[in-house]
Amino acid sequence: MPEIDVPLERVGFGSTSRSDFWWVAPLVVFLGLGAFVVYATWAGLQGDYYRFGPYLSPFYSPELFGSAHAWFGPKPGWWPAWLIWSPAILILWAPGGFRVTCYYYRGAYYKAFWADPPSCTVGEPRKYYRGEHSFPLIWQNIHRYFLYLGIFFIGDLAYDAWNGFWFNGHFGVGVGSLVLLVNVILLSGYTFGCHSLRHLVGGVLDRLSRSPARKKVYDCVSCLNARHMTWAWCSLFWVAFSDVYIRLCAMGVWHDWRIF
Amino acid sequence: MATATFRVWRGDAKGGKFQDFVMEVAPGMVVLDAIHEIQSSQANDLAVRWNCKAGKCGSCSAEINGMPKLMCMTRLSQLPLEKPITVEPMRSFPLVKDLVTDVSWNFRVKEQIKPFRPRKPDAPDGTWRMDQKDVDRVQEFRKCIECFLCQDVCHVLRNHHLYDQFIGPRFFVYAAALEMHPLDVEDRLKDLRKTQGIGFCNITKCCTKVCPESIHITDNAIIPLKERVVDQFYDPLKKLFRVFQGDK
Ligand code: SF4
Ligand code: SF4
Ligand code: FES
Ligand code: FES
Repeated sequence: MPEIDVPLERVGFGSTSRSDFWWVAPLVVFLGLGAFVVYATWAGLQGDYYRFGPYLSPFYSPELFGSAHAWFGPKPGWWPAWLIWSPAILILWAPGGFRVTCYYYRGAYYKAFWADPPSCTVGEPRKYYRGEHSFPLIWQNIHRYFLYLGIFFIGDLAYDAWNGFWFNGHFGVGVGSLVLLVNVILLSGYTFGCHSLRHLVGGVLDRLSRSPARKKVYDCVSCLNARHMTWAWCSLFWVAFSDVYIRLCAMGVWHDWRIF
Repeated sequence: MATATFRVWRGDAKGGKFQDFVMEVAPGMVVLDAIHEIQSSQANDLAVRWNCKAGKCGSCSAEINGMPKLMCMTRLSQLPLEKPITVEPMRSFPLVKDLVTDVSWNFRVKEQIKPFRPRKPDAPDGTWRMDQKDVDRVQEFRKCIECFLCQDVCHVLRNHHLYDQFIGPRFFVYAAALEMHPLDVEDRLKDLRKTQGIGFCNITKCCTKVCPESIHITDNAIIPLKERVVDQFYDPLKKLFRVFQGDK
């Protein structure tokens, strides 16, 4: 690779000729993602108030071990006594890993949390840079495996949303049913607009016209992908809100209003 | 008529400083008009490169109020004229004089990318058949005017100076146009990973933000190339699949 002939001057951290409020966007991302991580960690460690009537908080779904409704029964006996227990611990790593390795979030948190760069044309704090070229960030390439898990979670959350419409064996609609329905719609919009999915369904081919069905799927994924950032934020907000809603209902703070 | 202050970088490879020029501005003016006005009435030796004044030649790249932009496509009405408007050369390339930089590194990089290699002709008369749907995707990349604003803004070059290991967004767009071309059979993935440093891109999207041709550099060129590199070098299942297919 050719080198450049003139040694260039390196600009200091935060230095820029920009006169606009360039720090607002990274600050909003910092606060938004930071608040989510703090809340999700707190909620995931509570181990309580995650079910109300037919509703199950998405932070606790699928419930593998825990309550009487769990897939494989109560808390496993082998769980070490010194380790904090919550059914969410067993599963939250998967959607968490999916978001952490998502191409959109990567770009957003490298800027907001790592100042790499703080914003376009703004000087950085560190001289040394490896990007995603080598360890550790080369591991971001695992994203497609989290996508496979993410698709499983969509199926699971769709099942939860469906269950949210059945009250003691009778079909009904509560505000919580709609909250869970919107949750699965937003998460589907996010998951099915994934860049890795776009590649796998058709982006990998140079002659997509020879596979008309794949071309259609590729177009649909591309369409969602064009708004990936919007889906990412809406679904992030809503999944936390779904937990808040169910938690407050279960704690008796809010009343779940039955529409019919 | 309103007046505005233009804070223009004056200098050469040895160093320089900003110089203020106050002038009257008229409706419809672009930054390049203002620079020409300064050149003709206040600083005859001000160096500026331009050609088409229509956003098509990619010569008039500069940094206006700190953001890489084409001078000929930046209207004064888009700028806050109550404050001085800074106009600087691109900061990621060696300065020749005032607003003119030496962008020849880019042309040397381009020579490193394996050229187009089509498959055997489809018809006996030596011609090929392509479906419009398949060329649509690479068509976007061909809008590139080589203004190098994306190279200028990219922090891997601008802040980290990895000129010898990273080809920059412009050339990922170029590589994508070749790599995704329905006729092309060349393999550029090894180069992209090894010597051209696609892994250094951390998808922070500044290149996409400044592209005057609105090419979705990150989403449509870099990320799809990164995914192809993952297929080839990092995904164990894909590797296993290739072994069973007897691919390599
Ligand atoms: S997205 Fe990648 S190529 Fe584009 S400016 Fe950012 S680091 Fe550079
Ligand atoms: S990709 Fe866009 S910004 Fe980069 S050189 Fe081409 S036209 Fe300019
Ligand atoms: S790229 Fe965002 S979910 Fe895959
Ligand atoms: S003068 Fe040609 S792009 Fe500006």
